[in-house]
Amino acid sequence: MHTAKTLRDYNKDIRAALDNAFLREAMDKFATAYPTGRANAFREYDVAALIAKVAEVKDQGLKRLDGLFAQFKAEAEKRGVHVHLAKDAAEANALVTRIGKEAGCRTVVKSKSMTAEETLLNHALEAEGFEVTETDLGEWIIQLRHEGPSHMVMPAIHLSRYQVADLFSQVTRQTQPTDIQRLVKVARRELRPKYAAADMGISGANFAIAETGTIGIVTNEGNARLVSTLPRVHVVLTGIDKLCATLEDALHILRVLPKNATGQAITSYVTWITGANPCAAAPNGTKEMHVIFLDNGRSALAKDPLFKQVLRCVRCGACANVCPVYRMVGGHAMGHIYIGAIGLILTYFFHGKDKAKTLAQNCINCQACKNICAAGIDLPLLIQEIRARINEEDGRPMSSALLSMAMKNRKFFHGLLRAAKFAQKPVAEGGYIRHLPEIFAKDHGFRALPAIAEVPFRDRFARLRPQVERPVKRIALFSGCVQDFVYPEQLEAALQVLGRLGVAVDFPMEQSCCGLPLSTMGEKAAAQDVARQNMAALAGDYDAIVTLCASCASHLAHGYGHLLGDSPEVQAFAAKVMPFSVFVSSLNVAPERFQQTMERATLHAPCHLCRGMGVTEEPRQLLKTAGYEYAPAELEQVCCGFGGTYSAKFPGVSENILKLKLADVARTHAETLVTECPGCVMQLRGGAIQHGHGFEVRHMAEVLAAHLKDK
Amino acid sequence: MEQSAIVARFRAKAEAVSAVVSEVETMAEAVAYTVDLCVHKEACQILVSGCDESLSPVGRDLCGLKEWGKIIAAPGIDAATRELLVARAKENGISVIENGLREHLGGVDIGFTVCQYGIAETGTLVLDSVSEEVRLATMLGEIHVAVLPKNRIAPTAESIADELRRMLGRNPNYLAFITGASRTADIERVLALGVHGPLELHILLVEEA
Ligand code: SF4
Ligand code: SF4
Repeated sequence: MHTAKTLRDYNKDIRAALDNAFLREAMDKFATAYPTGRANAFREYDVAALIAKVAEVKDQGLKRLDGLFAQFKAEAEKRGVHVHLAKDAAEANALVTRIGKEAGCRTVVKSKSMTAEETLLNHALEAEGFEVTETDLGEWIIQLRHEGPSHMVMPAIHLSRYQVADLFSQVTRQTQPTDIQRLVKVARRELRPKYAAADMGISGANFAIAETGTIGIVTNEGNARLVSTLPRVHVVLTGIDKLCATLEDALHILRVLPKNATGQAITSYVTWITGANPCAAAPNGTKEMHVIFLDNGRSALAKDPLFKQVLRCVRCGACANVCPVYRMVGGHAMGHIYIGAIGLILTYFFHGKDKAKTLAQNCINCQACKNICAAGIDLPLLIQEIRARINEEDGRPMSSALLSMAMKNRKFFHGLLRAAKFAQKPVAEGGYIRHLPEIFAKDHGFRALPAIAEVPFRDRFARLRPQVERPVKRIALFSGCVQDFVYPEQLEAALQVLGRLGVAVDFPMEQSCCGLPLSTMGEKAAAQDVARQNMAALAGDYDAIVTLCASCASHLAHGYGHLLGDSPEVQAFAAKVMPFSVFVSSLNVAPERFQQTMERATLHAPCHLCRGMGVTEEPRQLLKTAGYEYAPAELEQVCCGFGGTYSAKFPGVSENILKLKLADVARTHAETLVTECPGCVMQLRGGAIQHGHGFEVRHMAEVLAAHLKDK
Repeated sequence: MEQSAIVARFRAKAEAVSAVVSEVETMAEAVAYTVDLCVHKEACQILVSGCDESLSPVGRDLCGLKEWGKIIAAPGIDAATRELLVARAKENGISVIENGLREHLGGVDIGFTVCQYGIAETGTLVLDSVSEEVRLATMLGEIHVAVLPKNRIAPTAESIADELRRMLGRNPNYLAFITGASRTADIERVLALGVHGPLELHILLVEEA
């Protein structure tokens, strides 16, 4: 459970997680197994269409939550169920306590409910003298260990069979085996008497269907069936966002949820309960049944034009499954109670700014979660927005405010970058900063940082500009700051390629940083400012605005719309933005123009290219056309761990993601690792040098220039 | 889709989650299958090594094996089937119970039920479980034997949405979708069956109901 208030403390927790060998191994195995399982489960389906429909179904429901609640209440009450609405966690816990006391209950069995985790219900009940037992195996394990879940679907994924065996030995006062099948049976036998003795059962709900007043519970173990059957009182605690209009709505979500969560076509059990059912343990033979809907900020959220989409979440947990940060640190270091990308967001709304402040920084903005979300939520964007909100409420950190101020004024900002060249002089050696100041050394030494170039690209352009007689296309080149000031040679290579291919290139001097770092730091006003400056600078009559930086491309093409509103002007601008490989591909260059050396090369797909821009095929084809043997890497589309300012904030995580990536590249035996983003080049090249890997790291423009013949 | 194709799909999907699927002509055959299964199963499968597994005293108390012998719990089936089942079970020294399942929380050998629908898309059984005894039979049985008439298998849940809605709308209603045996992967993501409910699910596709 994340509680660290400062980045420093948070990094200590992260270090501990990174050093936990079992956790790392468990996370690695899971990260490798999950995508295959999911792909199998969806094989016969059009996943994008299914997800779009989940989003639509949820959005329709969220528009009329009040109406659905009223309808559910009427239908359920007609059938003898007590329906309650709790405005916050305290009220929900008080309601459950009151129900338990009035019915004379003392013992409670629970099946898994993230909502009950959200309200810390167990603590509240135990403080009132109830004896509470979790019956979901994973939940029971973490309850016995007094921990929170480390995954929303697999709460004890951070623990080994040895730890569980020790725990069960303590509970049974007998030595227990470390064989998993036997441990499961021990749990079965130990928990059975708890059901038998319990007065009250508490469950969550995945669906609350308004038309019939029915709740739906999705489980694999079947414990929710016993929890809702054996005790004489059943209390359901669920968020109001689980309301849906019809059975069909629920069935549609059900088609996606288990597949996205665990790669199962459906869970072993789906339980639909309407009304007060028969119960032999109840005095009158009928169950006392309550449904408590928790608001806790949800109805306000439903009215927020941007954030309402977080209520689409069906708690499948997939946004953690694919997150490279989660893979490195696990759920306890990447969530307060809710885990993963959605956890970074929900923590702010449900558990407050203090808990969310450092947590919300721990996203590398790789877009993997957005790509996999069962409900089509733009999670990375919302995480950035959370940072902006926290900045607004809290006053910004000094560094963020300074950067923002500097970047609003292009000349000043570029002046700073030029000055940095002199500041780093004593430590720059062969283009790399070899010795970092002591204070950073321990954690930042993992990659060799490049030095600021002697002469930035903008000062070289006039001299290098290709003379093209009858251009096939006219483009504006957008450099981004890293290429301009650190890797001008990548832009030079691009100029050679474009010139030989008959493209007229312009480099508008008023362009500045694309503004993405400002957005990720939550500096929204400055980000808007910079966006307007760039749009003005690039306003000429160009066929395309081409950039060699995937992050810039995706920010120009998608980020500006979000920052400035989707006006026709912004749309027209965005439509012209093209990543370098996409633009070159559009020229349909014949392989004969390239020397076909068939050197072995592999690709790293920058996050903002493959997910941000949806570009995957063009770079592969281009590489083949340009005379390289393309050797695919298994983790081609996994983040390199850079993430701009992320690597400075969380060096430990960044370093470990990088190591994972480099080892994967090495397995391809490629001579060259090709990518299309200067940030990725910086991270990967530095790491490759540091760890003595034999392959070279080059930008796509450079490998094309190396093979392109003159005519 | 032809009904035979729907049945085949159901079968494939159910088998994919380790259900044991067989086809039988009549209810009598289904009964014979069930009793036979009960005869040949081990007495207490929940315990890997019989009744001397290390458990806390309370865990041990629930084991009613010695008093009862083997048990088939068969609540909510029609009189004719029940008669067949009781006769066949008796010949083999097996008890059949219909209610009072709360007395058997330690587990029974087999829970025997007749399902209302099947869903081919996922190999799912749809079982009206308003009766508490039905709910318990499908959870307490170490093996759940479910009979499903072939002509009640639908391609998707949506294709029987109106029928399902009618069931859900009853006062009260408890409807179970059951797909495979009770399972968990909560320890090291290793699959284990029978964590709270049956270790095995057997589905008998019957020609005539
Ligand atoms: S964008 Fe990437 S790093 Fe950020 S939460 Fe999503 S998956 Fe994790
Ligand atoms: S945010 Fe999306 S991916 Fe994450 S748990 Fe919710 S629905 Fe699943």
